[in-house]
Amino acid sequence: MACRVEAEVKGSVLLLRMSGELDHHEVGPIRKELADLMESDSIRHIILNLAKLEFMDSSGLGLILGRYKYLQKIGGNMVLCAATPTVKRLFEMSGMYKILMVEISEERALSRLEAVQ
Amino acid sequence: MKNKLTCNFSSISENEGLARMIAASFIAQYDPTLGELSDIKTVVSEAVTNAIIHGYNEEGFHEVCMRLSIDNRILTIEIEDQGKGINEVDQAMQPLYTSRPDMERSGMGFTIMEHFMDKVEVHSSQSRGTVVKMVKQLSAVKANCM
Ligand SMILES: Nc1ncnc2c1ncn2[C@@H]1O[C@H](COP(=O)(O)OP(=O)(O)O)[C@@H](O)[C@H]1O
Ligand SMILES: [Mg+2]
Repeated sequence: MACRVEAEVKGSVLLLRMSGELDHHEVGPIRKELADLMESDSIRHIILNLAKLEFMDSSGLGLILGRYKYLQKIGGNMVLCAATPTVKRLFEMSGMYKILMVEISEERALSRLEAVQ
Repeated sequence: MKNKLTCNFSSISENEGLARMIAASFIAQYDPTLGELSDIKTVVSEAVTNAIIHGYNEEGFHEVCMRLSIDNRILTIEIEDQGKGINEVDQAMQPLYTSRPDMERSGMGFTIMEHFMDKVEVHSSQSRGTVVKMVKQLSAVKANCM
């Protein structure tokens, strides 16, 4: 199953809602799409809504870690919200769960970002 | 009860999802828990992706072989490639180790396989290829209430 990414730009925040299956086959095109979006729209923060992501493996972790490192370089933040238990487990295993901001909803993620700015 | 299924497929990334689906369908008939099903899909995805990316450098004209077998609810999965092989298996299996940081790999593939399966064995020789063998005991089927 393909991975769909719904992107919404709110100021300097890029809100990404991912659904379907995020694997190596899918990360290539998505990485390119995100790079284009982030450059053109002067994005500084990302909110990742993974509520509808049904499958992810370490290729997905690599993609997300890559965007996280980029945001760190430009002084931005990444907030993870609504990941399913299976997806959350992978973040925990990789140690990323501890370094990312985690919130239960998009609204909370947005206010968290406003608070740190 | 014993059962097995073997398939060979082209080393193209489209087949990562297909391999996950085949493995999930194979074990579905043994009433796995949802957690077990998701673990199996993940480890198959990891090993097949490794064969395609690392074993074959993403050249799509090779073949990956997946062997699934079950005996007494012990599931064995073998993923084999005839690719470039692994120089130092111990190093490769370290959490966060990747030989391809340029591809934004996370280096978590083997760690995930070891976490989700009871046993992971890697047999590899340079320019001959790699076999990853993983074993997992499926939990006993809970009796339904009459
Ligand atoms: N089938 C394979 N053939 C050759 N090298 C492999 C294979 N599988 C894994 N490797 C090596 O082991 C390393 C670690 O694998 P893994 O833990 O899945 O991390 P990643 O795929 O993110 O690099 C890879 O970077 C690669 O060097
Ligand atoms: Mg891998």
